Amino acid sequence: MLAHKAFPYAPWVMRLLPWHIHSLFLGWTVQLAFGVAYWIFPRFALERPGDPRGRAGWAWASLVLLNAGVLSAGLAGAAGWGVGLALGAGLEAMGVLAFVIHLWPRVRPAIIQ
Amino acid sequence: MPRLTRWFIRAALIHLIAALLLGWILGLGRIMVLPPILAAASPVYFHLFMLGGVAQFIIGVAWWMFPPLSKERPRGNEPLAWAVFFLLNGGLILRAICEPWVAVAPQPIARWGLLLSALLLMVSGWIFMGLLWPRVKGK
Repeated sequence: MLAHKAFPYAPWVMRLLPWHIHSLFLGWTVQLAFGVAYWIFPRFALERPGDPRGRAGWAWASLVLLNAGVLSAGLAGAAGWGVGLALGAGLEAMGVLAFVIHLWPRVRPAIIQ
Repeated sequence: MPRLTRWFIRAALIHLIAALLLGWILGLGRIMVLPPILAAASPVYFHLFMLGGVAQFIIGVAWWMFPPLSKERPRGNEPLAWAVFFLLNGGLILRAICEPWVAVAPQPIARWGLLLSALLLMVSGWIFMGLLWPRVKGK
């Protein structure tokens, strides 16, 4: 797209703008923050030794929803399909909600023994 | 904190300051008429903020904190990571100059500069992805 701004060669590439925005903001920045938070945030090692990160299913759901959302929004945006773009954005929002449900109890001081 | 991470984080903070300053100037466009070159700088504001600030901060911290590759080369190919630093920041600065310039006066030098900036940014992203990919692993 930036190359197209320099030397216009294919007007259709600008239809990829929603994909660019959704991929880089949600697919890269937000997802990397989620991945690192899942890794680093305080765990339940003492309370739940078998399930130290707790409610991991919500984090997995977030992974699937977020990526499905980025893909849907990107494809729909490229195709100029507004409903699909809204659907993708909805999936992304549910993905974020699922991760919030996962992470909420882990926002606490670390217990070291 | 490794030296390269310190450079990434300092550059990220400078990009954040520049982006917020540019955002403030663009906001002034609602109450006064800005020079056309500034009025065309809205994409530069977004990219200085998200790529130069946020993404660069993440890249610096990821280079520092991600699981080591091996005891001998814990972080992988350091000269290539320095190349990422220079390509990313060089590409962003070139873009910040050439993108508004192309919008107001599309001269060949500005167009070629913008094309070069696109190439530098793309290559920096690809190299960093290649460097970080093998470090996304368990202990």
